[in-house]
Amino acid sequence: MSVPLEHDYIGLSDASRSSVESSNISSDSETNNVLNLKATELSLGLPGFSKNFEENGCCTKFEPKNFMLGAKRGFSDVNLDVNGGFEKVQGLKGDLVDGVVKVGEEKKKDAVPSAKAQVVGWPPIRSFRKNTMATNVSKNGDAREGSSGSGGCLYVKVSMDGAPYLRKIDLKVYHNYAELSKALEKMFSCFTLGQCTSNGVRGREGLSESNLKDLLHGSECVLTYEDKDGDWMLVGDVPWEMFIDSCKRLRIMKGSEAIGLAPRSVDKGKNRN
Amino acid sequence: MDPNKKRVDSLFPDEVLERVLSLITTHKDRSSISLVSKSWYNAERWSRRHVFIGNCYSVSPQIVAKRFPNIRSVTIKGKPRFSDFNLVPDDWGADVFPWLSVFATVYPFLEELRLKRMVVSDESLEFLATKFVGFRNLSLMSCDGFSTDGLKAVATHCKNLTELDIQENGIEDLGGHWLSCFPESLTSLEILNFASLNSEVSFDALEKLVSRCKSLRVLKVNRNISLDQLQKLLLHAPQLMELGTGTFMQELVSGPLTELKNAFSNCKNLLTLSGLWDATPLYLPVIYPACARLTFLNLSYATLRSVELANLLAHCKSLRRLWLLDTVGDKGLEAVGSCCPLLEELRVFPADPFDEEMNLGVTEVGFISVSRGCPKLHYTLYFCRQMTNSAVVAVAQNCPDFTHFRLCIMTPGQPDYITKEPMDEGFGAIVKTCTKIQRLAVSGLLTDRTFEYIGKYAKNLETLSVAFAGSSDLGMEYVLGCPKLRKLEIRDCPFGNAALLSGLMKYESMRSLWMSACNVTMNGCRVLAKQRPMLNVEVIKDEESDDSQAHKVYVYRTVAGPRRDAPPFVLTL
Repeated sequence: MSVPLEHDYIGLSDASRSSVESSNISSDSETNNVLNLKATELSLGLPGFSKNFEENGCCTKFEPKNFMLGAKRGFSDVNLDVNGGFEKVQGLKGDLVDGVVKVGEEKKKDAVPSAKAQVVGWPPIRSFRKNTMATNVSKNGDAREGSSGSGGCLYVKVSMDGAPYLRKIDLKVYHNYAELSKALEKMFSCFTLGQCTSNGVRGREGLSESNLKDLLHGSECVLTYEDKDGDWMLVGDVPWEMFIDSCKRLRIMKGSEAIGLAPRSVDKGKNRN
Repeated sequence: MDPNKKRVDSLFPDEVLERVLSLITTHKDRSSISLVSKSWYNAERWSRRHVFIGNCYSVSPQIVAKRFPNIRSVTIKGKPRFSDFNLVPDDWGADVFPWLSVFATVYPFLEELRLKRMVVSDESLEFLATKFVGFRNLSLMSCDGFSTDGLKAVATHCKNLTELDIQENGIEDLGGHWLSCFPESLTSLEILNFASLNSEVSFDALEKLVSRCKSLRVLKVNRNISLDQLQKLLLHAPQLMELGTGTFMQELVSGPLTELKNAFSNCKNLLTLSGLWDATPLYLPVIYPACARLTFLNLSYATLRSVELANLLAHCKSLRRLWLLDTVGDKGLEAVGSCCPLLEELRVFPADPFDEEMNLGVTEVGFISVSRGCPKLHYTLYFCRQMTNSAVVAVAQNCPDFTHFRLCIMTPGQPDYITKEPMDEGFGAIVKTCTKIQRLAVSGLLTDRTFEYIGKYAKNLETLSVAFAGSSDLGMEYVLGCPKLRKLEIRDCPFGNAALLSGLMKYESMRSLWMSACNVTMNGCRVLAKQRPMLNVEVIKDEESDDSQAHKVYVYRTVAGPRRDAPPFVLTL
């Protein structure tokens, strides 16, 4: 059975954070949430960063909720209920009468658009369709957000911790990890923090996947990607073809944060109908 | 026998009566016929060939077998509909095997089995394939419990198979080898649908199968079949009436697109087109030659934008039924309104139901455009993120012939987004204006007033789905007044025991009632069960909920008594 993930609102306060850690979720996503929160904390510290984090330019409306939405983009599976007007999660005994009445009273739509808690079996869509649409999203990458959507390109967003804005690249243009790494280095070199990119990458034509892994693991920065299941993986673990087939977005993380990222495992623990 | 009746009957020998009755096919008519007199009852039971069982627990296989000795075709529905949305635990029941084992004895010449929301094991499929020599038609929709091994058995043993229709089942996919199990001698296939299976079948085996089955009229392949492969299949089967394509995109085109276009053009009988996975503006035009004849186009797996859809629909003058993804947006629906005047059914599914940031989808604007251009619309399923009362009122006025109106405003309890009022007046307009309304699904913020309207005006309503709505017990009490109500499914509403018990006299005239996450208690259910012995009042226990609350209640009429196969978490009161 496909069970939607449910999480409490990841706020900036300690109270919210502890509710994230105690909520009843799978280990993969728990790791993701912890990472996400940490990233959030770090990023707040840099001047000018938080305003521009939202790609669509909602920078004038900066407030914690919007910021969380930006962070949420990295984990599009996770939907968080900000208003708390309606909170019905599987396995919890909800106070449903109050829940229904509350929604009407609080007029949810007045608030800044917020993520919603995933309610079991709502909206009423059959599992086959849900599973199929999830695969569709990954096949198109971010193609629906402006690019042609044809079979010829596979645009994914690339973010780098500490960088003021995101970039978009076409994965189909590259043929192996070496080319990708080179291109990213060029693209983000102006935002390099410390020794993020190694000098040795230049001119390394026949870079094997394992070499790249060693290189990245050894350095301060780590290249990661979100796969079609919504999990964050280390780039370089799987064959190139498999990687571009499942990569939805890329993120250059600080090496210290990448601890705990799961290597690709056969059993991802997801249940499907 | 009553002497008066005997006089009448002698004018009309049983054989003649049976002959006449064999022409009556719908089960409702037959049901009426059987009530006329004892001899008509007998004539009807002997001449019936198809039996429809809407709830597998409402009757036992033995009772069916006893009444109808000559059945060739059976349709059985099992789990409550909300099991499609994970509200019913696994192992709840609805196993088909007890039925099959009785049928093997009583109906050895069974030809057709159509199952919906039943549990079907591989053993059951093997049993079916081997015990019923003349078996021809198998349709499994939203079933679970089997794997592709079960399909292997069917393909191998059913020598006269004409239909294999596997739709949206919880199937364990162990590979596509099952398709290769059809023997070379099998040429009788007319319907083959494996669109919702994910594994790869041998294209060679499929191609050979398609080319030797000259009567094939429905072919729906899965996403793994490429465009090149599709082209070959179409060359072998230009007689197809219904086609479900595989993926509609490929990186390297081996031949010019004109060949593919011609292949579609040659399918002169094509009325239904579906599949179209990953369809893009590059390849979609190949179907244009076939569009003028199409009556049903299912684009609900193709993430099309408004322009692509508009270009496509310009060729689809004859469309009666259209299924879409909400990626087409309101502009796409505008195109629907202008291009498809004969449209009778529109379903719009959400591409991203859980992530509203990605794609706004369709709104009240699109809904109104369609209703303006398509006055014959009578069936809609519409998922949206915003709606207004005035829009729904307008839709009702533009399309007064609605029989099926299923509107899903995706945020639970959301009001009219402009006036902030409940959606009562919108749904009220639907039931007031559309007097033929038969099936209704409501959503958004709704007070008891909506249900007051429904109870008062929806004289033909048979099926009602309610979620996150209502203010008090009165809501449910109102709708129980609908004279033709047969199925009522409710979740997350503030209806309690008073509401449940107000239907005491009603439930025996209905097929079933489902209530989950409402305010019903075990005591309330016990009262109902005690007063109505012809009902099964079942409570599905939830580990988390406390013992006095009845978290999930399923009530249905039955002549078979309490279930004997109920799992420990289902309590029959």
